[in-house]
Amino acid sequence: MEVAVQNDVAGIVAECGGGCACATCHVYVGNENRIVLPSISDMEADMLECTAVERRDSSRLSCQLKITLDMDGLIVDIPERQS
Amino acid sequence: MQKNPLVVVGAGQAGLQVCDSVRKGGYDGHLVLIGEESSLPYQRPPLSKKYLTGTVDEQRLTFRPVSFYEKNQIELRLNERIEALDCIKHNVIFAGGKTLNYEKLVLTTGSRVRPLRCDGADLPGVFYIRTLTDARALCQRLAKVDRVAVIGGGFIGLEAAAMARELQKTVVLFETTEHLMGRAVSAFLSDFYAELHREHGVELHLGCSVNRIRRQKNELVLETETGTEHRADILVVGIGVIPNVELAENAELECRDGILVDEYGRTSDPDIFSAGDCTMHYNGFLGREVRLESVQNAVDQAKIVAGNLFQKGASYTAVPWFWSDQYDAKLQIAGLGMSHDEFVVRGEVKEEGFSLFYFRKGILLGADSINRPADHMACRKILENRIDIRPSEAGDLNFDLRKRSKIAG
Repeated sequence: MEVAVQNDVAGIVAECGGGCACATCHVYVGNENRIVLPSISDMEADMLECTAVERRDSSRLSCQLKITLDMDGLIVDIPERQS
Repeated sequence: MQKNPLVVVGAGQAGLQVCDSVRKGGYDGHLVLIGEESSLPYQRPPLSKKYLTGTVDEQRLTFRPVSFYEKNQIELRLNERIEALDCIKHNVIFAGGKTLNYEKLVLTTGSRVRPLRCDGADLPGVFYIRTLTDARALCQRLAKVDRVAVIGGGFIGLEAAAMARELQKTVVLFETTEHLMGRAVSAFLSDFYAELHREHGVELHLGCSVNRIRRQKNELVLETETGTEHRADILVVGIGVIPNVELAENAELECRDGILVDEYGRTSDPDIFSAGDCTMHYNGFLGREVRLESVQNAVDQAKIVAGNLFQKGASYTAVPWFWSDQYDAKLQIAGLGMSHDEFVVRGEVKEEGFSLFYFRKGILLGADSINRPADHMACRKILENRIDIRPSEAGDLNFDLRKRSKIAG
């Protein structure tokens, strides 16, 4: 999320600044099968129920995805709106 | 002919949002954002939270990189103070006397800390948390001391107390009223938080004012009204904010504990708008005037202003929401529940998570959720769409709130 905001990626709103409190940094992870992501916490799971557009199996909140070298090649799609 | 610029005074959350939203809305004229501080516009909420641990890189607080301002042709003028407005000539007047002509002006001047007024309030070792400069100074000092005193049991004081405890400091906190966060949450929740802070080792003094501070060798001595003395290495003061209305007031714009704006963000001058902490504004959801100090209000009101500067746009009807992190308790507040005549508890009252739903005459006013983000989000939707919900339903864990929040209002 921070990387997206700092690089001015349109479509990541992140109103709460990365606090897992607003569900406006929703992304769809494209190739999640090949890349191991941190597991979804209870808090994130709850917030994912509250995204502006429909939650899919590949939904994550990008504030909870800290980028590591292992994620090289990760593709995420941004939903059409966040609120 | 090139028109005069849209000028935004105040480069905080609201000011930046106005600029971002007018550009997204298609405004392609000259746009100037003026800020007093030297850093790129940044997020304030972390300053009383994680930032105090000293592990947060300051760069992570900035909203947008320099390239954002370049790409969006926002002329960012930092370190510049506006001294006065000339509404007749459509000028803002800088410290030093230079002027800038505007077509439309937006005041997003925010608020400043309410200063402590007692003997010794200006001694070295007394800190506030408002700007990055404030927080940086506190953070550096905090790392080197053991005993922290806090005056003020509002969000800022409590978040600072919680962070100081996480850093293993001894913490004593004084609150003049009997209730923590008394302006924002119910006595029930306030009591829960008092217990939470005590469990985490904070020495709480409720209903207790500090009358005098003096410096003795390397420590601060706080004298309370009852004559007791408390020693600490530093003092953090969080006793609220004062809206920055002076520019508006001196220009004879209508003010009433804030710059008065209507539901479109218009001040009493047709070419001057205002948004954020500094406004006393009409909110259509609440059906009354209110002044709110929150990120939500800054962002949502700024969007309304952006939509109404050059044409008639939407009016302000956003449901207020707010959050605060203290220890492992994430508090999320939806709506304004303070005028309730009834409330119900959803879940078991413990740090792991519960919500309080507030009603007046059977109508939902809002909810405070601790570690129950789904309750919070559902409550916001229910309020937004004015969906009926009974207290007995809200208080029943088996009742599906999310499903109710998704029906048409």
